[in-house]
Amino acid sequence: MKRALKLALVIAIVLSFTTAYAAEILNGAGATFPYPLYSKWFYNYEKQTGVKINYQSIGSGGGIQQIEAGTVDFGASDAPLPKEELDKHGLFQFPTVAGSEAIAYNLPGIPTGLKLTPEVIADMYLGKITKWNDQRIKELNPNLNLPDMPVIVVHRSDGSGTTNIFTWFLGDVSSEWKTKVGSGTSVKWPVGIGGKGNEGVAGLVKQTAGAVGYVELAYVIETKMTHALVRNRDGHYLYPSIETTVAAASNANVPPDFYVKFTYSKGKNSYPIAGFTYYIVRKNMDRNKLSTFIKFVEWAYKHGNADAKALDYVPMPDSLKHKALTALKKL
Amino acid sequence: MQKHNIKLNKDHAFRGLTALLSLILLLLSIGILFKLIISSNLSFNAFGFKFLLSKDWDPVQKLFGALPFMWGTFFSATLALIFALPISIGIAIFLSELAPIWMRQPVSFIIELLAAIPSVVYGLWGLFVLVPVMQHWVEPVLAKYLGFLPLFKGYPLGVGMLTGGIIIAIMIIPTISSISREILAAVPENQKEAALAIGMTRWETIWKVMLPYGRSGIVGAILLGYGRALGETMAVTMVIGNTPSLSLSLFAPAYTIASVIANEFTEATYKLYISSLIELSLILFVITFTLNALARFLLWRMKRFEEVKV
Repeated sequence: MKRALKLALVIAIVLSFTTAYAAEILNGAGATFPYPLYSKWFYNYEKQTGVKINYQSIGSGGGIQQIEAGTVDFGASDAPLPKEELDKHGLFQFPTVAGSEAIAYNLPGIPTGLKLTPEVIADMYLGKITKWNDQRIKELNPNLNLPDMPVIVVHRSDGSGTTNIFTWFLGDVSSEWKTKVGSGTSVKWPVGIGGKGNEGVAGLVKQTAGAVGYVELAYVIETKMTHALVRNRDGHYLYPSIETTVAAASNANVPPDFYVKFTYSKGKNSYPIAGFTYYIVRKNMDRNKLSTFIKFVEWAYKHGNADAKALDYVPMPDSLKHKALTALKKL
Repeated sequence: MQKHNIKLNKDHAFRGLTALLSLILLLLSIGILFKLIISSNLSFNAFGFKFLLSKDWDPVQKLFGALPFMWGTFFSATLALIFALPISIGIAIFLSELAPIWMRQPVSFIIELLAAIPSVVYGLWGLFVLVPVMQHWVEPVLAKYLGFLPLFKGYPLGVGMLTGGIIIAIMIIPTISSISREILAAVPENQKEAALAIGMTRWETIWKVMLPYGRSGIVGAILLGYGRALGETMAVTMVIGNTPSLSLSLFAPAYTIASVIANEFTEATYKLYISSLIELSLILFVITFTLNALARFLLWRMKRFEEVKV
């Protein structure tokens, strides 16, 4: 009897704690690409404020499903949802950080700095340029001794926001790509081989002479892969970097539903292959949870930039942060 | 008397409990099957039986077909079996008959340990060690001397059907060899002694007496290995090239059912897409279930014969 009483007491105490802190716990699920940064943010935020945020990096598809079903407080997706989808389920989305992608290659004797135009990249991925000593690549790089080697196209085999951004870019520069293949987290690739994850693509490119692939910036820098100078819309050749990505993001056109796409955007210093990753919440979210969530987003926008840069993610331009927060507070 | 009754009751209770536990697992399998059927309904309504015959897998156009994945799954698993079979049977014969006694236990332990290595580890080893070897040494040599065959056409990429088949073979060798070893060890001594007594050599004893005796059991072991080969996921994904194709070439990249599910399920963003992936799972479930059932049946038949004979 005594034991039962003790047990009841313990349960009561535990329950009272959990109800007291219910608003101080947030559950999220979704995209894997920003997971290293998110987990760092959540860790630091909990240390500073005591608010706990659980995040399951199960992939954007899973994140979208869970927020639609209402089983999590927020979802995360690498690709934005179209307006109809948001309206249908009463959702609101906004961007958190940006990432950019390098065109990595493996050509014996040729270091980082091969010049490529968007049209040439598109034609390689369409299977129309099949040799590295193709006249069109030669013209861009008159000083390089390009080998007579087949172009081995590598792409992501797993569905990914990275692929979404890359196929957006290809669709922007090639109408043939747009009609024949289109864009999405997985597409029907005309040619090439698939690697799983950034590590899979990077592994294949590094081991295969003549290979070319799109890899997230962080991965290219960490593993020191040779990568290309890509011509932007204004005709300048740029490397992917935090600066050139911020420049591109600043020129993005932002609609009210935050479906922001800034591949191949205008501006002298804009790198053409980049995009945002997103948080998604329900418009009718519990008010206490919403205010906890807003406080966290404010904190992350303000104090999270150093963490982002250290991990090679690109912080958003201030104007866009302001827009996103204003809209979030209006929910 | 009463004490005896309590004992009996306990026996009954225990039997009931174990029956319940087995029933849970059975219900779980049936539940999975039903869930797969229900969830793939959307895709089945959209494509019908054309799903099995269509080569298209285009998430952008919302067109889905299973044929290249089924082809890749069967081709890679069969290839793996062709590589694994002679090696596994060799290991089984060596360990049950020819190896010195002190060697048998440790070596079979190590081989069985291979089965415990996580498949992603095999995959990364494959990608970083096996792929370069295939690319620089094995495939160019094959292309040079056997390039006239359709099996060895194409550019040696290192990743593709051949490398996928080899990785799977390495992974199923422990399964096939350890079961086959047990089966050979179960061949009654008097059978072997009789064979030796009429003047057979060791070779003849193994080939004409022991292997025929354990035939259906070994076939069962092979089918179990084949079932595992069909369902192998991570290791294959890393080295097979992940490109849906119907190519006969061993150098060409291919795709398997398990790999495409692992690759695309997390980012499948609309219902028909998810449903199509689930229909692929259903196909794989039915295939592996049938194979496993066949394997069990053969093992069971062999056991029954053994009882009758002895």
